[in-house]
Amino acid sequence: MSKVLKEKVERVEKLAESIYKMTIKSEYITQKAVPGQFVNVKCSEGINALLRRPISICNVDVKNETLDIVFQIKGIGTEYLSQKRIGSQVDLIAPLGKPFDTSDNYKNIAVVGGGIGVFPLLYLLNKMNTAKKSTFLGFRNSNYAVLQDEFKEASDKLFISTDDGSEGYKGLITDILEKELESIKYDIIYTCGPTPMIKKVVDIAKKNNIKCQVSLEQRMGCGIGACLVCACKTGNNENWKYSHVCKDGPVFWSSEVIFDD
Amino acid sequence: MIDLSVDIKGLKLKNPVIAASGTFGFGREFKEYTNLDMIGGISVKGLTLEERQGNKPPRIAETPAGILNSVGLQNPGVKAFVKNEIPFLRKHDTKIIANIAGNTIEDYCKMAEILSDSDIDGIELNVSCPNVKKGCVAFGNTVAGISDITKKVRSFCKKPLIVKLTPNVTDIKEVAMAAESEGADAISLINTILGMAIDIHRRKPILANNMGGLSGPAVKPVAVRMVYEVSKSVSIPVIGMGGISNGDDAIEFMLAGASAVMVGTANFINPSACVDTAEGIKNYMKMHGFNNVYDLIGSLELN
Repeated sequence: MSKVLKEKVERVEKLAESIYKMTIKSEYITQKAVPGQFVNVKCSEGINALLRRPISICNVDVKNETLDIVFQIKGIGTEYLSQKRIGSQVDLIAPLGKPFDTSDNYKNIAVVGGGIGVFPLLYLLNKMNTAKKSTFLGFRNSNYAVLQDEFKEASDKLFISTDDGSEGYKGLITDILEKELESIKYDIIYTCGPTPMIKKVVDIAKKNNIKCQVSLEQRMGCGIGACLVCACKTGNNENWKYSHVCKDGPVFWSSEVIFDD
Repeated sequence: MIDLSVDIKGLKLKNPVIAASGTFGFGREFKEYTNLDMIGGISVKGLTLEERQGNKPPRIAETPAGILNSVGLQNPGVKAFVKNEIPFLRKHDTKIIANIAGNTIEDYCKMAEILSDSDIDGIELNVSCPNVKKGCVAFGNTVAGISDITKKVRSFCKKPLIVKLTPNVTDIKEVAMAAESEGADAISLINTILGMAIDIHRRKPILANNMGGLSGPAVKPVAVRMVYEVSKSVSIPVIGMGGISNGDDAIEFMLAGASAVMVGTANFINPSACVDTAEGIKNYMKMHGFNNVYDLIGSLELN
């Protein structure tokens, strides 16, 4: 169950150009949240940046009752959010959305993230304690390859790629995934990132007959399944419908989603 | 004792605040966050005769102090509403208003007939959805269109009939008077204002549907003016909406002549916006010494 909460900002840290990590104190969220869920944040007090912004939970520290969200400045809402002062209040509806399937049955997992889509995957990795974890992260360049220590700590194997080769492998992260799959069989692949990358991961999973969960993004209104704007096609080509990323997702089984909109 | 109750031609509301169609789902989406029993009424997500999937995403764009939407009436269809949603809503102490939209007048009549035999409290005729290509918008745009549809639906509708007007017309007063003379019990306005937002980097509209309906605080002055004009032109009750987020906003509409108000976009940001608005109206009345909400309605004095 989610709630409207007013919580305290503990820390705001600039991780890279336009990318910020905010640490929020919240007993409620840290007790209720599970990997894959998001918070819907009110970024301003007034009528500018009117809507809440959905931001995935990047990490939870149960002991200290804090959670991290990481976001990129994309417009005035996230700009306001990045300017929040330490000790100020932040208005959130949380935790929201369907989470990843983190069953203990998955002994060998692959986690594939791209760009700002990598952040919810850190929380997932930290929760999957009993599995052997291979993490594949793709970024534009080394400046954006943030939280590497955290990902390294949370993974058994970490692969990084950048578009320009300024960090790790030069090229697509999905190429490394394919190469690893020549010698390893994963029980499940989790992915979040740009749509072309997600599509490629889904294809790879299908070809290798591996279960796959995708975390999707869409412009949202309410975040609670009422306004119906964050539509995504699910089902099959003969019998499809519009599901909603906020309530039916953001995490879906790759077999449910039709990527043609 | 402050009396907040209003009677919209047989639709008796305990307070004058209604959740606006399309912004409150079927009520159940908000149950975790607010007390549905403290809302005067709920106008449910726009219904069509058959299930509809709606438009391609993106369906929303934020604009200054507002939003553009082009959902395109995604809904499970009127029969599924009757079967699956009314029983839940009926468990709450709030009035149920079924908002209906169709491609043809026959669709509207059929829905009015089905809903007249169901356990709801009123029907809101959506003749002004800007987001569906066929029908709908055509009925609400002209005096002839609104007269025709109101007259025909009226003959099938045994519940209080509210006609929801589009602001995308030259003279809102004429359209309102046409609805009144063909038997509407009340007028609600305004629906969203047709708008457009462009992604300058992609050089394309943000909405997949290119255009959409503008709502939120940005539209409020237009809405207040139209509610004022309409309430001066008709004698049936007027339900005002457009950018209402709190009690003060609602009071503006009521002074301008609205007997009740609808809260829409604000629900997305504050899930208890309807309850807060009702509370705000009460506080205003207390502060200004009003005991009965009717003493407030239309009490605006022009300069």
